[in-house]
Amino acid sequence: MGKLYDELMADYRFREGLKTCINCGTCTAICPAAEFYKYDPRKIVDTVQRKDEAEIEALLKSETIWYCGECMSCSTRCPRGNTAGLIIMALRNLSARLGYFTCSEKGRQLYALTKALNYNILHLGYCVHPTTFAYEDHPESGPVFEWVLNHKEDVYARLGANFGKEGPGALRKIPQEDLDELKAIYDETGGTERIELVEQYSLARAEEMGMTPDEYVKYIFNHCSPGHFNNE
Amino acid sequence: MIYQGKQKIWSDYQKEIPDDHWFYVRSCIRQSFFPASETHFVKIVRDLLGKDLYETPHHTTCGGIAYHSDTIPQETAMTIVARQFALMTEAGYKNLVTSCITSFGNYCEILETWREFPELEARIREHLWKACRREFEKPEYVAHASDVIFKLRGEIAERAKYHLVSRATGEPLRVVEHIGCHYSKMFPHKGVGGAEYPCVLSGMVESWGGQVIDYPERRHCCGFGFRQYLVKANRGYSVSNTHKKFESMEPYHPDMIITNCPGCPYFLDRWQYVIAEQTGKTYGQNGCGIPALTYEELAGLVLGYDPWDLGLQIHQVGPEPLLDKIGIPYDPNRKYLGLNEKEIMKPGLPTVLKCC
Repeated sequence: MGKLYDELMADYRFREGLKTCINCGTCTAICPAAEFYKYDPRKIVDTVQRKDEAEIEALLKSETIWYCGECMSCSTRCPRGNTAGLIIMALRNLSARLGYFTCSEKGRQLYALTKALNYNILHLGYCVHPTTFAYEDHPESGPVFEWVLNHKEDVYARLGANFGKEGPGALRKIPQEDLDELKAIYDETGGTERIELVEQYSLARAEEMGMTPDEYVKYIFNHCSPGHFNNE
Repeated sequence: MIYQGKQKIWSDYQKEIPDDHWFYVRSCIRQSFFPASETHFVKIVRDLLGKDLYETPHHTTCGGIAYHSDTIPQETAMTIVARQFALMTEAGYKNLVTSCITSFGNYCEILETWREFPELEARIREHLWKACRREFEKPEYVAHASDVIFKLRGEIAERAKYHLVSRATGEPLRVVEHIGCHYSKMFPHKGVGGAEYPCVLSGMVESWGGQVIDYPERRHCCGFGFRQYLVKANRGYSVSNTHKKFESMEPYHPDMIITNCPGCPYFLDRWQYVIAEQTGKTYGQNGCGIPALTYEELAGLVLGYDPWDLGLQIHQVGPEPLLDKIGIPYDPNRKYLGLNEKEIMKPGLPTVLKCC
């Protein structure tokens, strides 16, 4: 593997996101994440453009690259056409490839996300779907959505959806032949390899932390240590 | 500045939206949380206004949420989208309309990246051929579904049964709009009005009789943040950002919120419930919340569709105060019925937030 900076430069998002940062801090001023998390996109962009390998490695293992919400508000406001959010995406991608994401609490969450979202895509054809949206994991969805989930067939039919059935319409069943194509796309483009890699690194980390895989997923999904927020 | 100069500058913020022949792709979140919005988008555009809107059951997620949660490589996301383009090409369409802002941003990002790096487009074509034996033409036009409703807002106004006006006072309703970050923050020229003056929703509101209320945090993110909501441990980020918007809009006493993105109405609705339960604070009148609607729901109300057919009962914030203000009739006894008036249980009620 080449130097970390070169690896980042191989990512189109990094090349698009990093022109020449003048360190003005406009990205930090507009950033929704910076307002609540101990997060400063200006510093991250400054770090990567210094091309210091040790600093970039520390960044890839840090909590801070996982605080961004990828809203891309920074994209609109940067006076030099940088997009901190795209640089973050490239950093996260490299952190996932190298297994460095397991070094931070927020990074470790990547395993829960990878499992849930890719299960939905490859088995259902959706990123989000009511059959895998558990109320226990989402109490903020309110009693009204608990009711929806308990009466899915009736409520979705009432609202004109084609829930779980063949043909067009909302929440239709995606035909198996189309799911097979998605799987082939994953196999061809590195998606499958990424899922396996994230799992391999995560299970090793779970073992180090003395947890079973299920305990690990529950823990990383639910646990938030003190110290992430500005007001702490 | 001379008038013609202003006109020229403003013209840079406009989009020439085709008015017919659309290949429709759905939204994972809108289907799950606001399915009737998509049902009524099709009813209004295709059945009521007679436009050509085609959907194939073979289209899938665009993978945008997985992409922005950093769980798939960029080339995987691009090839899933290339497959959607192939389905559009095979069906004989050139205008793509998507029901999702994340998808819209994803399609725009991919097309712009390919424009700048043609070798990447060539590689994705190769991937798609190897994986699916499909080829594609790039769309001539990519729209968000709200662009289409914006384009048709006049035709909807001509058929309006109700206007966004207070029945009691005759004054326009005070409406807060929320555009959604990925609509025009990444590629301002792709959204109506750009990132500075987005008017895709305000144009609808004004055409249908309402008054758009400006407020300091109008352009702030709704708080989704992908991993910042999807992972339970991170939801403090999500609710904190939405709370900031509510605090900012509260002094302006909005009658309703209209949203562009499928996720935004969910967060602007559900976090009102959570804030009420956690702190006792509500942002509407008399212990109620501020109804947060999709643009399809609002168009449907204006056209006279039944509020329960539009799915307003599956919002946590009750829509009744808004319906009463406009004078839209509704039957409370039908609110929670299933298909064909089937009796199913009613949802529980929040402790603090008054729901009707």
